[in-house]
Amino acid sequence: MRNLQTRQIIKERRLQDDVWKVVNLVDGQAEIDVCLPVGPLLVPLAVWKARKSCLIAREYEHGTPLGIWLSPEDDPAEIAKDIDDFTVIAVHFPKFTDGRGYSTARLLRERYGYDGELRAFGDIGRDQIFFLNRVGFDSFLIGEGHNAEEAIAAFDDFPEAYQTGTDLPIPLFRRRAA
Amino acid sequence: MYRYDDYDHTIVQARVAQFRDQTRRYLAGELTDDEFRPLRLQNGLYIQRHGPMLRLAVPYGLLSAAQLRRFADIARRYDRGFGHFTTRHNLQLNWVKLPEVPQILAELSQDELHAIQTSGNCIRNVTTDHFAGVAADEIADPRPWAEILRQWSTFHPEFAYLPRKFKVAISGAAEDRAAIQVHDLGLQLVQGEAGEIGFKVYAGGGLGRTPLLGQVVREFLPWPHLLTYTEALVRVFNRYGRRDNAYKARIKILVKALGREEFARQVEDEWSHLKDGPSTLTTAEVDRVAAQFRAPTYETFAADDLCHLAHLREDKAFSRWVERNVQAHKVAGYAAVTLSLKKPGTPPGDATSEQMAAAADLAQRYSFGEIRVSHEQNLILADVPQRELYTVWHRAKAAGLAAPTVGLLQDLIACPGGDFCGLANARSLPLAAAIQERFEDLDYQHDIGELELNISGCMNSCGHHHLGAIGILGVDKNGEEWYQVTLGGQQGNHASIGEVIGRSFAAIEVPDVVERLIGVYLTTRHTEERFIDTVQRLGIEPFRSAAYPNPNHSRRVANA
Repeated sequence: MRNLQTRQIIKERRLQDDVWKVVNLVDGQAEIDVCLPVGPLLVPLAVWKARKSCLIAREYEHGTPLGIWLSPEDDPAEIAKDIDDFTVIAVHFPKFTDGRGYSTARLLRERYGYDGELRAFGDIGRDQIFFLNRVGFDSFLIGEGHNAEEAIAAFDDFPEAYQTGTDLPIPLFRRRAA
Repeated sequence: MYRYDDYDHTIVQARVAQFRDQTRRYLAGELTDDEFRPLRLQNGLYIQRHGPMLRLAVPYGLLSAAQLRRFADIARRYDRGFGHFTTRHNLQLNWVKLPEVPQILAELSQDELHAIQTSGNCIRNVTTDHFAGVAADEIADPRPWAEILRQWSTFHPEFAYLPRKFKVAISGAAEDRAAIQVHDLGLQLVQGEAGEIGFKVYAGGGLGRTPLLGQVVREFLPWPHLLTYTEALVRVFNRYGRRDNAYKARIKILVKALGREEFARQVEDEWSHLKDGPSTLTTAEVDRVAAQFRAPTYETFAADDLCHLAHLREDKAFSRWVERNVQAHKVAGYAAVTLSLKKPGTPPGDATSEQMAAAADLAQRYSFGEIRVSHEQNLILADVPQRELYTVWHRAKAAGLAAPTVGLLQDLIACPGGDFCGLANARSLPLAAAIQERFEDLDYQHDIGELELNISGCMNSCGHHHLGAIGILGVDKNGEEWYQVTLGGQQGNHASIGEVIGRSFAAIEVPDVVERLIGVYLTTRHTEERFIDTVQRLGIEPFRSAAYPNPNHSRRVANA
């Protein structure tokens, strides 16, 4: 995974500089051996679980906000109790055709009540933005080879939707009746 | 039928614009093949042997005359003047040009038609009983529920990238004519103890490489919970379905791996969080949708029209057609007519633009302007006055839509196979034609009686060969086409998966094999017994012996 420091993300429908770094666990590396550089970090679930107290201490001592990233396999229930600790939760899409992250996002928003920044990153582009936005993502790190500027238009691909989403908590059939 | 309101129009128009832009970006090189593939598939666009194939949606098989005319027009102007109706109610065009597809979708949208989610790893077109609303054995009309599910599943933001495709079928009658047990999700409308409507829920059925019947995961789901429960079920699939192997990614593999009870428990657990939420259906919504499927205003006719009875007595060909192609209707003096899309030399399910237009005219004039596509790849006029049957028959005959063979051998089901499909291992259509020609004699066919014969060109089983009393599957052996024969498959309430009888055959052998299998039936059948009944009574052994008369017969048959 890339270092995200100089990248721009889509947030509030515009490009913004991004300060978060993604920490990765290399194959076979113990959670305790991972280097935690200065500044806001998105750490893997395993690192969060193993080093929760030292990460929280960073927040208390240095005011460094907490972030985590989840892989498609990670169960968001595992961070349900800590959910208010995070400033950013990121969900990784290793391939855009792997749709597990969409369910992860809905669970974080609708079941576990997460209301901080929810970021999608990895292999995502313009054609995923509309649905990602509907399931609760509000920041997007567009994959390489995609034009992030143009991707912003995708928020408006559909002016209406049948089902509920975090953007439309009431399904169309109830709004139709109103 | 359901007519769009402004919301529905807005959503479909937005899709047309979105796909126009996606196609533009692909053609401009801004999207790679891999990026474009899932996008085009979710618009029914495949890249096939001869170029793109476009699969147009026919939600739950129902079309207006105007919509069918639109199909005829599109096929004439953008294709080669014909289309192929599939086993899942849809219409496939085999010769469209990619740059023209956005314009095709734009024109379709004028008649409330589209190609949304007719392919891809998403929730597909919901299918149902082609006699919905007119069948005497109906508990409740499945079409309003199919429409409610169509809306819910259309652009569902969470389920656009499922592990694999997800097919839903719904039946509202005592007899299942929608093959619900071989769908990822099968819904049977049932009445609860107090007469309230609900669903018996089957999950994990499917054909393909691992044919399995769906298992009951809920005996009774009260109707208000249809969407929240379905959402829970699809979410469990989305999160835990396998993604490492496309052949093991359907929900049936997950249900099988977890076991019915554990799978059902996980769904219930997920559902407990969604139950009674905003997606809980309301009486107002169900009434709004159901009102659009209200029965037409039938005239009052005598149960038996005298002229009709006279035609039946005097015209053998007509009475034969009535016997096979006309179904009883719940309203006295009306009947449901099947327009056959099967005849030797023409791929099953194919219709020319002229035939589509003729069928649309018949629907307009004799059946309240509506027509249905059956999963047996025929067209149905559901509400024809009995007194008009003779005229309808003549007109259908003139259009080549009156083969009197519904349910008989010539009515066989086949996928497009290797002539068209990029996935196929073998061709289906020449084999279908060879079998139809062998049994062309109508007296012989009528003597054999009901027999479902299904042909699939590969393990994806689009021809539902597992469900054929005789099933034929194309297999590839060292680059040659061979055909495996299964016996004893059945759809409906007593659905069963056919059993392989033995080594596969060369194409040239297959009509003989079919004839030998039928020979066993003809010599051993009891009165009133259909082919499938005899197979079930005797087991497959006597048929197997007949199929392989010479056990030393080697594989070195000329594979012409």
